[in-house]
Amino acid sequence: MTHEWAIEAHGLVKDFGSQRAVDHVDLTVAPGIVYGVLGPNGAGKTTTIRMLATLLGLDGGEASIFGHDVVRDAHRVRQLIGVTGQYASVDETLTALENLDIFCRLQGLTGKAVRAKSDELLASFGLTDAANKPLQNFSGGMRRRLDLAASLISRPPLIFLDEPTTGLDPRTRSQMWDTIRELVASGSTVLLTTQYLDEADQLADRIAVIDTGRVVAEGTSDDLKSLVGSAALQLTLADAADAEAACAAVARVTGATPTLSPENRRLNAPLTETSRVTEVLLALREVGIDIAELQVSKPSLDEVFLTITGHPTEPAIDLDLEEATR
Amino acid sequence: MTAVITSGFDRTLPRHVSLRQTWRDTVIMAKRSLIKMRRTPEQLIDVTLQPIIFTVMFTYIFGGAIAGDVQSYLPMFIPGILVQTVLTGAAAAGTTLRDDMDKGVFDRFKSLPMARIAPLSGALAGDLVRYLIASTITFVMAYLMGYRPGGGLTGVVATVLLVMACAWALSWIFALIGVTMKSSRGVQGISFLVLFPLTFLSNVFVPIDSMPGWLQAFVHINPVTHIVNAARDLCNLGTFGADGWYALLGAVAVLVIFAPLAVRKYRTHT
Repeated sequence: MTHEWAIEAHGLVKDFGSQRAVDHVDLTVAPGIVYGVLGPNGAGKTTTIRMLATLLGLDGGEASIFGHDVVRDAHRVRQLIGVTGQYASVDETLTALENLDIFCRLQGLTGKAVRAKSDELLASFGLTDAANKPLQNFSGGMRRRLDLAASLISRPPLIFLDEPTTGLDPRTRSQMWDTIRELVASGSTVLLTTQYLDEADQLADRIAVIDTGRVVAEGTSDDLKSLVGSAALQLTLADAADAEAACAAVARVTGATPTLSPENRRLNAPLTETSRVTEVLLALREVGIDIAELQVSKPSLDEVFLTITGHPTEPAIDLDLEEATR
Repeated sequence: MTAVITSGFDRTLPRHVSLRQTWRDTVIMAKRSLIKMRRTPEQLIDVTLQPIIFTVMFTYIFGGAIAGDVQSYLPMFIPGILVQTVLTGAAAAGTTLRDDMDKGVFDRFKSLPMARIAPLSGALAGDLVRYLIASTITFVMAYLMGYRPGGGLTGVVATVLLVMACAWALSWIFALIGVTMKSSRGVQGISFLVLFPLTFLSNVFVPIDSMPGWLQAFVHINPVTHIVNAARDLCNLGTFGADGWYALLGAVAVLVIFAPLAVRKYRTHT
């Protein structure tokens, strides 16, 4: 394997019983970037990360981190990575400081360096005041921050972040984004998984869209967006009963079948040219359909996902969260 | 976070964990389990209450029947109940480990470049404190009931050290159960199924010659019997004989078989 990729994985396979969780995933990640792995729950994102981070064996394929094989050279790989899982991997019964103390020592720090490193990390993650409190009293956001702090002790060149902002409030989420940007600015490579298209769009230099264990699309955010035309039309109908007729009318003009939101009121349609929106509106008036709201925008990753996989990412909850952060 | 991070290609990395690091990681993990013990003192209920209750209870139940009176039963019984109590404490190792492993923090241990054996060996080493507590309370109770060991304080200290070392080795059996089973309930069930024959099918409570021949055969090869005999010798006479060596040999054999099995199971555990 060539020594130019931070992560290079070919044909990764993982089976859980008869269920294939990861189905021949290929990933190549250049050093120094944020790479986003985007997909709904159960798509195989976490399993892929766990295999790359030596936490899970491979049932097929091979992977290397900075040229070191994750199976044969697991100990070396572990010296190059930091892993922050979906569920904080810190010790509940210990204080924040005790947690960092143990993780520092396990990474070879001794004496005064341990306390210095712990203090530095607590300070940069805003946890100094909570240093001696047991984690039971920590909020979800504080736990995540401590977890990430623990992953950065050895200043690893590659950091895996598994859904780093899931369940965080909008403010904590944007703090996490800033942290990730700082990490990359200082020379780290970050592989992050997310179900939030918005997050991948904002942070990731390149994105792999993953669905039912397979990579279904890969490229920059713009590459992916160009898959669905230059603009996207979003219509909200006054009456959900019109949905089918509206779809047919829009399809006649644009030549592509629009996708319907789960509650049957919102239509998404790709547009080759923004100006064609007029024709769409005329077509709708002809058949007597009222519109509550209309929006023409650059396509979001939502539309990309819908177009590529044929089904929406996640129902309403995620959409709400996304709106909350805007 | 402003300083630049060294690239992954420009780092020199050892390929294996050194023995020194293995030892250091074990000590760190042992300290971790001591902190946890201090934070959750209910973990110590078994090793504090059990020696008080069992020592008194069994002495007065069996004493008259087996040795004629309580005072003459104590020299035979106290070293035996010590082994039984400490091994019961060791049997909890699997459950503790299972509960611990189900928490997220074990993911971090697995992703760190630390010795793979340390999360197990460290936790088991931390348990030595539990054994020490159980041993101390057992001897205090025995003293209160009138037991005066013939081996003196040296004999008692040597007994405790021997029993602790053997219990640590045998606790790898329970560690293997802990990393193998899926629920801590299952771990507890199997652990007790192992513990009871091991401690009761021995000479802890009654002299061997009262048992049928086939049972004697098992009792003789049971390492617990040898540990108990060695403990009696050290306590009452201050001597260390063949039984002592058999006990240590048995402990080493258990360690050599079960420690690698437990570590392997732990590594492949998802």
